[in-house]
Amino acid sequence: MPPTKLAATALAVLLAITPAFASNSDTVAFSQEDGKHFTVDGTPTFYVAEDGTVDWYTFSGFRRYHSECHVCHGPDGMGSTYAPPLKDAVMALDYWEFIGVVAAGIQNVDASHENVMPSFGLNKNVMCYVDDIWIYLRARGAGAIDRGRPAKRADRPESFAEHERACMGG
Amino acid sequence: MKKLIAGLLAGVAMAGMAAANDSVLSLQSNPNGWVLQTGDYANTRYSRLSQINRENVGQLQVAWTFSTGVLRGHEGGPLVVGDTMFIHTPFPNKVYALDLNNEGKILWKYEPRQDPEVIPVMCCDTVNRGPAYADGKIFLHQADTTVVALDAKSGRVVWSAVNGDPSKGETNTATVLPVKDKIIVGISGGEFGVQGHVTAYDINTGERLWRAYSTGPDEQTLMDPERTTHLGRPVGKDSGTATWEGDQWKIGGGTTWGWYSYDPITNLFYYGTGNPSTWNPAQRPGDNRWSMTIFARDADTGVAKWVYQMTPHDEWDYDGVNEMILVDQEIDGQMRHLLVHFDRNGLAYTMDRVSGELLLADKYDRAVNWTTGVDMDPNSPTYGRPAVVEAFSTRAGGEDVNTTGICPAALGTKDQQPAAFSPRTGLFYVPTNHVCMDYEPFRVSYTAGQPYVGATLSMYPAPNSHGGMGNFIAWDATKGEFAWIIPEEFSVWSGALATAGDVVFYGTLEGFLKAVDAETGEKLYQFKTPSGIIGNVMTYSHRGKQYVAVYSGVGGWAGIGLAAGLVNPNDGLGAVGGYASLSDYTALGGQLTVFTLPN
Ligand code: HEC
Repeated sequence: MPPTKLAATALAVLLAITPAFASNSDTVAFSQEDGKHFTVDGTPTFYVAEDGTVDWYTFSGFRRYHSECHVCHGPDGMGSTYAPPLKDAVMALDYWEFIGVVAAGIQNVDASHENVMPSFGLNKNVMCYVDDIWIYLRARGAGAIDRGRPAKRADRPESFAEHERACMGG
Repeated sequence: MKKLIAGLLAGVAMAGMAAANDSVLSLQSNPNGWVLQTGDYANTRYSRLSQINRENVGQLQVAWTFSTGVLRGHEGGPLVVGDTMFIHTPFPNKVYALDLNNEGKILWKYEPRQDPEVIPVMCCDTVNRGPAYADGKIFLHQADTTVVALDAKSGRVVWSAVNGDPSKGETNTATVLPVKDKIIVGISGGEFGVQGHVTAYDINTGERLWRAYSTGPDEQTLMDPERTTHLGRPVGKDSGTATWEGDQWKIGGGTTWGWYSYDPITNLFYYGTGNPSTWNPAQRPGDNRWSMTIFARDADTGVAKWVYQMTPHDEWDYDGVNEMILVDQEIDGQMRHLLVHFDRNGLAYTMDRVSGELLLADKYDRAVNWTTGVDMDPNSPTYGRPAVVEAFSTRAGGEDVNTTGICPAALGTKDQQPAAFSPRTGLFYVPTNHVCMDYEPFRVSYTAGQPYVGATLSMYPAPNSHGGMGNFIAWDATKGEFAWIIPEEFSVWSGALATAGDVVFYGTLEGFLKAVDAETGEKLYQFKTPSGIIGNVMTYSHRGKQYVAVYSGVGGWAGIGLAAGLVNPNDGLGAVGGYASLSDYTALGGQLTVFTLPN
């Protein structure tokens, strides 16, 4: 992708909003490293090209979300009778809060609630792909991609495969 | 092997001593009550009551209601024994005894303490399909797999036993089967790599008597290599490991979370096993026996008499756990002892329940496309196997490939929501799903107690059909034909009830209780209850008046999949959001609604 265009957009964003706010609502890809994109403050984010092609991580996140989270949070991050819509939740949480919830879980159990979000800290099928899930859900929350499977995606970067091998194997 | 023989001998000895469970047999023949979740041992969900009938059902009114205080999906239904109604809830699995002589006043309440850590291990909501009654006790299998016997008069715990380990993914959603001097129970956890099993406990003490696994060597599966048959042929030695690679059978699924039926004549009980795990078929080459299998086991010993694997090497998550309905009907002029089963895979099986012979296997939704049908030729090497259509094989597609347009979806043409049978019409009344899917398997690693899924799926209403996600159908199992079909906007996730009044009842996900004519399917009555219905309709009579009762409380798989509506990713851009969302019709609840005719 053209780095000049990215830099220009990022600059516009920096001028428009305060940095404190940027950490949460800023989803704009400022830099990229072998197909993985980051906002200006270094948070992983999505990139959707003009022809609708999504970056590999958004696509990978779509797959992992629908394998690991969908059974409670419903299709496409839309929420269910059981658990809240994550496409909205990720716009209110920052990256580290999100990672914290996924790793540690939530117990909200009292007289009128029986809500438990499991802790996935020890689950490689989730934790090796937690950035991907975050990236996918942020793309949904920001309205950058529609419901359903992304029709076009970038190829799998070599560094992704390396990370996958190391993380799932180790 | 030694263990197995000892088990067999013990069983033989006990068979002479134990009478059939007389309390259940006599209560199930009294139409005023409802003693098992399934209505009777044969799982017909048929009542001989006829005060409410097709002429007057249109005047039905709400008699009384009760809030359970729990907001999760309410599956199962109430029991009525004498003047007491027993109702239950999803996690935390409360049980209430209500006094029918005193306007439903609470006689006692049981509320177990269970570790909340079990909640997220229960894939897809914390449903429970209810207790059963026998010998003056209420038997409940809780989410955390504690099996309890409660004194029906006081609610006091008489015994309790622990059936599984939730930290390894073992949980429970199913009801229990009281047979003779035993309580037979199953296990959930197919998405956590559990090795499925059925277990018998002593009805008086809770002592564990035997356990039969779905996979494993013969001493674990309680199979006799010579005498246990698959479509008439001996299964052979260690058939529960022979079609697996390595040790995958140990985390191979085949869980047993569905319904159980029992035939007092043959002393066999019948149930089906769930999906092999993982959902990625490439990680488990082979037929994966005995996942996806109909089991007929001896109720005393647990030893398998016959099996039939419906979906060898599952590639779509078509669990075989749906109910086995035992009826006697004529086929080709000959009276047969039948087992009728509407499988998730979209095929309705009619079998001889004594011998395990396969008589019919037909699609009960015209959308079903993953198979062209089952090989019915006993002399063929592929006898009894479904012919898989290459284009819809997720195994042929391979890992990381999205196979599209598969019908039915993973939730099946029907899930656990049980069908009913009326001996008056000879028809089965079946709540169904009309949903298709795309399925992409990929590699996953196993961690005990963590989900072990390995596939991504998207579901959408069956294309080129009525646009809805369900049908309620009447089916002739002697011919493998539809009698009628009622299209529904959403999957029908409620168990049906057929009565001698020639009325069939079912609930819908929007929350309607519906009554239709058993012969024609014509709608005779509907009422919108406070929340979506995934419970099963039952009927009873008290002081000479017939009542119909059902739980409301949306949830379960249906609530998760359909709350936000479905989209068809293959419709292309712009078509998104075109289908109905359940959340436009209903919200969480937990209520009992009881109906009757005006005085
Ligand atoms: C077994 C069911 C279940 C599964 C599986 C599950 N969750 Fe949750 N999750 C919940 C429930 C229930 C809540 C709400 C807890 C509460 O009431 O606070 C929740 C809450 C959350 C929240 C906090 C939402 C907010 O509004 O702050 C995040 C983030 C989250 N889940 C992420 C995930 C991700 C990512 C996955 C998949 C890797 C996942 N969950 C899988 C049940 C589940």
